[in-house]
Amino acid sequence: MSSEYKVPGQSGLVLAEELLWEKGRKGRSGASIPASKVPSAKLPAGLEGPGPDWPDLAEHQVARHYTRLSTWNFGVDTGTYPLGSCTMKYNPKINEELAGLPGFAKAHPLLPSEAVQGELQIIHELERFLAEIVGLEAASLQPGAGAHGELCGMLLIAAHHRHNKQKRTKVLMPDTAHGTNPASAAMCGFSEIKVPLGPKGYLEYATVEKLMNDEVAGLMVTNPNTLGLFETELVKINEMIHRRGGLVYGDGANLNAVMGRADLGKLGIDVVHYNTHKTLSTPHGGGGPGAGPVAVGKTLTPYLPGPRVVRKEDGGYEWNEDLPLSIGRMHAFHGQFRVLVRAYAYVLTMGAMLKDASELAVLNANYVKEKLKDLYDLPFPQHCMHECVFTNALQEPGKISTLDIAKRLIDLGFHPPTIYFPLVVHSAIMIEPTETESKEELDAFIAGMRQVALEARNTPDLLREAPTRTVRRRLDDVAAARRPVLTGDMK
Amino acid sequence: MKELSELNLPSNVKYHEEHEWVSQSAPFRLGISDFAQDALGALTFVELPEVGAKLVRGEEFGTLESTKSVSPLISPVNGTVKAVNEAIADNPDLVNSDPYGEGWIIEIEMAASELEAMLDVAAYKKLLEESAH
Repeated sequence: MSSEYKVPGQSGLVLAEELLWEKGRKGRSGASIPASKVPSAKLPAGLEGPGPDWPDLAEHQVARHYTRLSTWNFGVDTGTYPLGSCTMKYNPKINEELAGLPGFAKAHPLLPSEAVQGELQIIHELERFLAEIVGLEAASLQPGAGAHGELCGMLLIAAHHRHNKQKRTKVLMPDTAHGTNPASAAMCGFSEIKVPLGPKGYLEYATVEKLMNDEVAGLMVTNPNTLGLFETELVKINEMIHRRGGLVYGDGANLNAVMGRADLGKLGIDVVHYNTHKTLSTPHGGGGPGAGPVAVGKTLTPYLPGPRVVRKEDGGYEWNEDLPLSIGRMHAFHGQFRVLVRAYAYVLTMGAMLKDASELAVLNANYVKEKLKDLYDLPFPQHCMHECVFTNALQEPGKISTLDIAKRLIDLGFHPPTIYFPLVVHSAIMIEPTETESKEELDAFIAGMRQVALEARNTPDLLREAPTRTVRRRLDDVAAARRPVLTGDMK
Repeated sequence: MKELSELNLPSNVKYHEEHEWVSQSAPFRLGISDFAQDALGALTFVELPEVGAKLVRGEEFGTLESTKSVSPLISPVNGTVKAVNEAIADNPDLVNSDPYGEGWIIEIEMAASELEAMLDVAAYKKLLEESAH
């Protein structure tokens, strides 16, 4: 197989680039500013001093600087990016095209609702779609990121208990929870009770049942969980939580495995968030803006953030601010609207094929798992959902770390999988190929992973020294974490 | 990672299943074992308790963060925090380079009998051997 599929990592010309501070020359500028006709005046005493040390640069120097740096980068538009738990699917360009339409790009959030009927229609319809995809009742598009959606969901649960005059201060948190879960719960004033996983990687009814009591506001559960496994006892667990007055928060990080396939309402989930950048093909990263809509069941619908868009009898749309139980605003104006336009475009483009996308995401992960399990340790051998978790246990005796494996993959032209997460698996290698990789691309990635496993045996220094073909070699992430230099002037 | 035979496991401290050590006589200092610092990798951040905080056996009292994981510090004993090692807050690498010396984490006010539930070096080595298989 290795001979048939060529890994994409090849040598090519890469241009060196200095820091902007090293390129500047005093007096150089990107714009000609006319001489001032206003006589200069002295600054008040105490405000004088040396200005910031900014480099003086011409426009083309800045353009070339960032263009060159961008060629050092790796993105979903560059190649296979199997970063587990992150759902790095390809983002169709039509999303960008539609989000860039002047009607959306230039709409002002303070325009009266008569002037933005199209925008309101999108908000209203996307809420319907997002509720429908997961089998819930209603949705809010306000939260500005996944963790913000988590916070919103936990605020809804807190509001429900408050309304019912129940004092519940704790939240059940499985071992595999994303780090943001306990943080979101803590921001709502809840303390966490850790729930250990069973030996097969699932939550077990008996364990959860023992920890549930009338101080517990609910359970925060990710399904499929962060090991990529569908929680088999969840219906029973959620029934028990509800019977004892708790509610269930579903972390939507892994929704890409179950779009239109799992009815979260029937599973007993009361609220779930979407990471639009994962599941609904809006851009990842760059620090935002993002969107983390929440969908809720009947119990929590009255508490949703407001105001909410409603459809009038004449078919038009307007804002409803009369929501007595609402937790209020989660975001200025109406959320990150143009991120939501991209998500709306994606849902409409895909239609009922969202189900197929989830099916392919699961199929692709299982394909990769089966093709690699002879060369990499697989701690949970059952069928996985959209991602699979290996470890370096077979390479560890030869003193090859998970990090070495990941770095060598960079040399072969692939973005590495997620490593050292989930924390419950020692030295995890977590692969999520997503549905957008073709069979040829999956086979090339598999060939790369197999090549690395063989090199670990025969030429281990190739791994320890990797990456050797990138502009920057192995970066000192320890020094970067301990003594970060966050200014342009590195001196 | 280090082989079991490469680990530095002094016999003058008591060990805990969660890979911490406590000195055998007052002042009772607590740190993490060579195994733990090696498994965590280079530490980047240490969250320490406040002096005077209560310690309950089996409960979390702080966190260690490395480039690859975040791990809770679980107390092996009941007691009170008497002092914390401020030096490791600025230089968490001390925990990696000298886990039984300069890299100590807290000093505990406690009864010497609290040590009875902890492991001696032979029992701790056995635990490491068993978990390696």
